Amino acid sequence: MTARIGVVTFPGTLDDRDALRAVRIAGGEPVSLWHGSASLENVDAVVLPGGFSYGDYLRAGAIARFSPIMESIVDAANGGMPVLGICNGFQVLTEVHLLPGSMIKNEHLHFVCRDQVLRVENAETDWTSEYRQGEEITVPLKNQDGQYVADERTLDELEAEGRVAFRYVGFNPNGSRRDIAGITNARGNVVGLMPHPEHAVEPGFGPDSVESGRNGTDGLAFFTSAIKGLLATA
Amino acid sequence: MATILVSVMPKPEILDPQGKAVGAALARLGFDGVEQVRQGKRFELTVAGEVTDAVLERVREAAVTLLSNPVIEDVVAVEVLETAQ
Repeated sequence: MTARIGVVTFPGTLDDRDALRAVRIAGGEPVSLWHGSASLENVDAVVLPGGFSYGDYLRAGAIARFSPIMESIVDAANGGMPVLGICNGFQVLTEVHLLPGSMIKNEHLHFVCRDQVLRVENAETDWTSEYRQGEEITVPLKNQDGQYVADERTLDELEAEGRVAFRYVGFNPNGSRRDIAGITNARGNVVGLMPHPEHAVEPGFGPDSVESGRNGTDGLAFFTSAIKGLLATA
Repeated sequence: MATILVSVMPKPEILDPQGKAVGAALARLGFDGVEQVRQGKRFELTVAGEVTDAVLERVREAAVTLLSNPVIEDVVAVEVLETAQ
């Protein structure tokens, strides 16, 4: 048996196919989920992929969070189901209050697209257990509204509880508070980040690695972490 | 029919990159003396019937539920713009 991992498609989602592919390459069974249906199709985990749901009208993720499937996802997440939000998916998770804070327009106002180095600050979440604590990984980053903000008290809490899951290394690409690239909830099952691990899972189609061009696969362990965790508890 | 105006602004403590860019453009164009620009959103909700307290209360609820994100924005005004018969 293997883990069934659902990937939600909203109107305007772009990276659902890549996320499904990442699940498959990691050894899981990818399942397409539709925003308009409340059914999670008996999946064991859910990925909210990147893109521009509802054109990012109003605010990034603001309209998508009211779709029928999100109610089911909030219930499942509160029950412990692993949920990963990537980029626009992270924005949806903050809008629906599964994760604190919010994302505003990049400080420099430019769309940014680059291979980004991150440090894994919490290797104990459902989506990071196959990394080493403090490991540095390179995955693509591409966003317009990627500046993570929260009030100082929330930021202090996140730091104190080890809930900053990823930090930008060397260069803060969007002005995010305290170089935060991704965070987790207290339980470690809900994780959100702006960079794109699903674009770094297959040699030849990833970011440049130290060894060779386009061969970076540093994002794969997100998916193998979730799958391994699910199979261990099955 | 009546139109209700909802105004939303970024919280004072949140940097407003868009407002900053607009401010820089104003200076470039010679509109001197503008110390700061902050950019918000204005919504005009046209509703059927009379604007009762209950209707306004629902709009206020919508304003903090969907129209704004309380983490980064404040609803600074909810007011009846005009009433047409």
